[in-house]
Amino acid sequence: MRKAMSIELRHLSHVYAPGTAFSSVALNDISLTVHDGDFLALVGHTGCGKSTLVQHLNGLLKPTDGQVLVDGEDLNGDKVDRRKLRMRIGLVFQYPEYQLFEETVAKDIAFGPKNMGLSAEEIDSRVRWAMEKVHLNYDKLAEKSPFELSGGQMRRVAIAGVLAMQPDYLILDEPTAGLDPHGRDRILGIVKDLHEGGTTVVMVSHSMDDVAQLATRVAVLSHGTLKAEGTPREIFRQREMMAEVGLGVPAASSLCAALRARGVDLPDDLYTREELKDHLLRLWKEVSGC
Amino acid sequence: MLKNITLGQYYPVDSPVHRLDPRVKILLAIAMIVAVFLVKTLAGYALILLFVFLVSKLAKVPFKLLVKGLKPLRFILILTFLLNLFFTNPADSDALVSWSFIRISTAGLHQAIFFSLRLIFLVLATSLLTLTTSPIQLSDGMELLLSPLKVIHFPAHELAMMMSIALRFIPTLLEETDKIMKAQMARGADFESGNLIKRAKAMVPLLVPLFVSAFRRAGDLAMAMEARCYHGGKGRTRLRVLKLTVDDALAGMAVAALIMLIIAERTLFPGGIVIGRFSL
Repeated sequence: MRKAMSIELRHLSHVYAPGTAFSSVALNDISLTVHDGDFLALVGHTGCGKSTLVQHLNGLLKPTDGQVLVDGEDLNGDKVDRRKLRMRIGLVFQYPEYQLFEETVAKDIAFGPKNMGLSAEEIDSRVRWAMEKVHLNYDKLAEKSPFELSGGQMRRVAIAGVLAMQPDYLILDEPTAGLDPHGRDRILGIVKDLHEGGTTVVMVSHSMDDVAQLATRVAVLSHGTLKAEGTPREIFRQREMMAEVGLGVPAASSLCAALRARGVDLPDDLYTREELKDHLLRLWKEVSGC
Repeated sequence: MLKNITLGQYYPVDSPVHRLDPRVKILLAIAMIVAVFLVKTLAGYALILLFVFLVSKLAKVPFKLLVKGLKPLRFILILTFLLNLFFTNPADSDALVSWSFIRISTAGLHQAIFFSLRLIFLVLATSLLTLTTSPIQLSDGMELLLSPLKVIHFPAHELAMMMSIALRFIPTLLEETDKIMKAQMARGADFESGNLIKRAKAMVPLLVPLFVSAFRRAGDLAMAMEARCYHGGKGRTRLRVLKLTVDDALAGMAVAALIMLIIAERTLFPGGIVIGRFSL
């Protein structure tokens, strides 16, 4: 398998139902590159075009204008086998548990690898591997019907179904929507492990705290345009801009700003709980003198 | 690929025809269909065509749109025409064309033209109804028209409620289909190539989740309706109370006049207006 390099969006625009009375511009002139090893968080208000953008990354939607280059190759070129490429760029949709259809968990996870034309042994080993990655017990759950599982488990089965293709890129559209805090932490932990294991991740998220915890880069979308892009530190210090596009900043950033307004001597770009804690402890030690 | 599907063919403008009581419109559409079957001559069809044209003008529905509604029927129309043309061969009718085993008779041509026209006007009359009446109004009208049958325990209200709910969920299900299709394509599913059996098999990953979610939605909806004290049609009042107006009476009279004209034409010129070998 070739090593992943990058997905590059060049002046990407997308118009729904062009040329009719219902036409609406979903994306407008977006240029963005997902590099190898990135954890890119896509954030933006509801209806800003995040889901539309994500579907361009693996060719499910065709751009009205502009290009999508995967490892330098035009995804929508005539000679490209998009089905093959889609297997390298795994996309987990919102509420992916609604795509489960097989009789057993194992068969459902095997759907992707089967479509890749792998051997039976390879499929089996990938199913076991994927289930382990998402913390599902193979011996207990593999032969169960996916419809007997809990919501959180179903979602992990659906994610395993994409992971089993062992994609170089993993794109997740709000993977934690509608889960309880425990289920959410579990999914985020899985995504974090995968990223540390070398998978390039793109994640759509509404939770700035999750983004602060995980992302190496953040792209802010607003009304179909790319409003800002950079490291979480660069993005989260722009609190006015984030408020303007209807987003907040992580709780740690807000607290840091509130403390600074009261004259506490803190840097203006803290955004994770840990670094805020460290700075506060340092200050506490200075003040109390011990 | 599943976008741009408009529900039914309702053409949303405001016109006297749109404002008519849906019950009246349904009855008048049925009357028009009866009229279409009463016609025996081409002149009679010209009369109906004129009437349909005038109503479409009054309804502010482009006549073109009305004719467009015939497009899905073009194969049935052609088939009807050809079958009647070639297979209506009474011995007492003279042959127009006679070549080896093919024989087209005057009666055959006559029959072919009339059957096709009947089909066309059937569709035009019902299109006039569906273009000017929203699906919700239609099911309301149906419920009220069928409600006398409640005496014999005919579930008029339930039927109308099912119809409105089904209509309401068509866009939702289409959206869902699109989404699941994409999700399975992201897992390498192939809906577009292969032979018939392979394609049918490829539909399983689409249909199973679709059915599961349709049942889930149905359960949720039933629960939500019960939570708001829905208990069927008995004693239920309506948001939109239908009232007959002068316009409804006028519309009724117009259609009655049309039918009378047709009957008059039929009795005065039983053979039609004869020109050469053909009667109009």
